[in-house]
Amino acid sequence: MIDFGYGLTPSATLKIENVQNPKFAALHEREPDVVKCIACGSCTASCSAGVFTEMSLRRVILSLQRGREKETLPMLQHCMLCGKCQLVCPRGINTRHLILSIGKVYGLNEEEAL
Amino acid sequence: MSQNVVIIGGGPAGIEASRRLRDLGYTPILVEKEPALGGHLSRWDRLFPDGVEARSILEPMLQDLDGIKYFTDTEISSINRLKDTWVVKLSNGLSAQVRALLLTTGFDLFKAEKKEEYGYGIYERVVTNADLEAWFKAGAAPQFDDVKTLGFVHCVGSRDEKAGNRQCSKVCCVTAVKQACEIKEKFPDATVYCFYMDLRMFGRKYEDLYLKAQKDYGIRFVRGRVSEVSEDIDGHLFVKAEDTLFGKPLKIKMDLLVLMAGMAPAASTQPLARMLNITTGEDGFYQPQNLIDSACTSAREGVFFAGTATGPKTLPETIAEAGSAALAIDRYLKTPVK
Repeated sequence: MIDFGYGLTPSATLKIENVQNPKFAALHEREPDVVKCIACGSCTASCSAGVFTEMSLRRVILSLQRGREKETLPMLQHCMLCGKCQLVCPRGINTRHLILSIGKVYGLNEEEAL
Repeated sequence: MSQNVVIIGGGPAGIEASRRLRDLGYTPILVEKEPALGGHLSRWDRLFPDGVEARSILEPMLQDLDGIKYFTDTEISSINRLKDTWVVKLSNGLSAQVRALLLTTGFDLFKAEKKEEYGYGIYERVVTNADLEAWFKAGAAPQFDDVKTLGFVHCVGSRDEKAGNRQCSKVCCVTAVKQACEIKEKFPDATVYCFYMDLRMFGRKYEDLYLKAQKDYGIRFVRGRVSEVSEDIDGHLFVKAEDTLFGKPLKIKMDLLVLMAGMAPAASTQPLARMLNITTGEDGFYQPQNLIDSACTSAREGVFFAGTATGPKTLPETIAEAGSAALAIDRYLKTPVK
């Protein structure tokens, strides 16, 4: 649908064709396993921080792939790097290392970003 | 005198291929390491999608063994290539010299205790799909009569790199749905959950069974893989997963948890592969020439495959492949020796 720019509310649809994501490409280069996630949710289910906060690694990974990182990156601040998610991941993703790389590429606040 | 063919593995693939080869005029020599023929099928109660009894398929097969030489409790001691034949020595002292060998060695059920976080073998109320099927088959009431809430965990040892089993086991999705309906019939008041990553209802009538499970049996499907299980002081289970569609972690108390253990390569795969000098894939199953139109032929002269020895398959696929393998062997044996 053409967006004429007259809308009163911004479109809520996900425009994945417009996702130009050099940061995700940079992350992928560092962490090739980031695209292996099958969104099973084992990480979120085992997450010590997820019980009390909004932290969900599954959602962070998906939002990065969809170019909507702003909505989910603050979640990572709750991560304590305990590594339980790494124990349960069926795809064998090194989740702790991935989280650290996300922090390096995207920055958990603006100044830190690459 | 009719020509001998050695078939290794007396499950449905081996029995069916033996019957077909006999019908084509050969003398099949069927070798089974267990005390009885029938493989995993002999331990199963009912089959998806219609719930027909496993024995209604197996028994007619077992009553039709005339003209087939079969040996149970027998293993392969050695296999050697001699000119254009294979010399097969059996553990019972017999040996055979044949041009064609068929491997129908099947699969091993994934050992659920390897997934320690699910507590199989540690917590009493954690069982496997095979245990449940044994209950159904015995007609005995499950050992717990107070089952109010129970769950099925899909993909136990399937699609799991950590467990060394990356492949999808193909049959567990629909088996879980079948067993969920059956257990709901035994415990009509129970709430039954299925924890899945993807539901792969690829076969004819599988989708109908899934619909029936939702509509008629009220099975609750939760999209999320169980991450861990723990036990309380009364022996009840706490199951943790994420409801990924809702986006929240979830914790639920259960009276019974059924692990859908998948298919792993049979333990005999590697020893036989070494004897025959044939290859296995990265997944540990035998490697056929290709997976499209030469799924029954190996890279070595006179060695053929059928059934789950080359990867997870359903029972109808296994039986169909056994027929194909018999025809491939027939064509091979009718080709004059070079």
